[in-house]
Amino acid sequence: MVCKLFDNAGAALEGLLFDGMTIAAGGFGLCGIPESLIAAIRTAGTRRITVISNNAGVDDFGLGLLLQTGQIRKMISSYVGENREFERQYLAGELEVEFNPQGTLAERIRAGGAGIPGFYTRTGVGTALSQGKETRAFNGEDYVLETGLVADLSIIKAWKADPYGNLIYRKAARNFNPVIATCGKVTVAEVEEIVPTGDFDPDHVHTPSIFVDRVTRASSNEKRIEKRTTLEVAC
Amino acid sequence: MVWTRDEMALRAARELEDGFYVNLGIGIPTLVANHIPAGLDVTLHSENGILGLGRFPTDDEVDPDIINAGKQTITEIERTSYVSSADSFAMVRGGHLDMSVLGAMEVSENGDLANWMVPGKMVKGPGGAMDLVAGVRKIIVVMDHMSRDGHAKFRRSCTLPLTGSNVVDMIITDLAVFAREDRSRSFKLMERAPGVSLEDIRGRTEAQYDE
Repeated sequence: MVCKLFDNAGAALEGLLFDGMTIAAGGFGLCGIPESLIAAIRTAGTRRITVISNNAGVDDFGLGLLLQTGQIRKMISSYVGENREFERQYLAGELEVEFNPQGTLAERIRAGGAGIPGFYTRTGVGTALSQGKETRAFNGEDYVLETGLVADLSIIKAWKADPYGNLIYRKAARNFNPVIATCGKVTVAEVEEIVPTGDFDPDHVHTPSIFVDRVTRASSNEKRIEKRTTLEVAC
Repeated sequence: MVWTRDEMALRAARELEDGFYVNLGIGIPTLVANHIPAGLDVTLHSENGILGLGRFPTDDEVDPDIINAGKQTITEIERTSYVSSADSFAMVRGGHLDMSVLGAMEVSENGDLANWMVPGKMVKGPGGAMDLVAGVRKIIVVMDHMSRDGHAKFRRSCTLPLTGSNVVDMIITDLAVFAREDRSRSFKLMERAPGVSLEDIRGRTEAQYDE
């Protein structure tokens, strides 16, 4: 059996990082983000990274940590509203941003991982985000051509892995992680728990091992909450 | 007298039907969840991959792995299922959702919607709004009738960059309700807030609509 298990996030990324690379990162907001792997990329100091991720973290957590150090050159995202350092770099022209509608972003990643170079969607037709893109009518409706996305490296967070790299996610921390797992030339997963082979019911595996090259137990499961909202607060 | 935020949400909730799958946007649209009529079975969808949203949690129930698309902590219910973002938007884009309630900066008389960016200001991105208006069967906009700087928000045409073209079916403001039977027709004034006259609405609306 090929051993996919690595002692820590730094070891799991060894030999995979280079300046100017494209990294796809799972998560929605701060939920289900690969926080240990992000920290390890910060430590490694990789520069001029293009990041494919729905969001950009907050100032001092998540991908915001890589913005602080100026390691990110470009973001391919759908919403980046919660990050002042992002705003500063963007307005100063230090950071390039490519906005995608959220579902188009998810489908571009899914398509890239499934070997599909492009697809047509209704989303964005007639808006600034479809300018310059090919459109085509199907059954009398206009659709815009969007391209699949692939990455040099995908980093994801899952709840549990077995030693083969089969993954199970927990609740809404699943979000972009299963599709991000498919679009990387290499995919590294950090997990909360590594379980023995045979522990998973095969019917319950979310991401099958073929998409996962390396696994490490997360050193950090802070799971910071962006907007803690409770009944007491809401009322 | 103008309708309050809660009254606008209540009015939007009256469009719900038994068995509907619905996505609610951030702001006033979120309040619609508080007004789902008793006896109606409505399932709420959240873009980040939840079908079947519960209420906000108590302090003890807070789980960082359960947040809604507005990144607020939320709870699951008996029917809840979790899906990937790609599957979540297959529901949206594929026309499987019955209704979405969204906020707006501007709506045009032909149903164009602008709610994602203001040129010259920091752009945060469209999130899932463009996907929702392109895919969901019925789009209801809930917004103030006038902008903060006193401009009509229901207009001949949108001045701001579009989220979608010809996508809005109903507009609920603090003064009035406009709706149209289908997207080839023009909007008709359906209801007015108490004490609001036809003239009040004409004077605060740039769009052409039927009375």
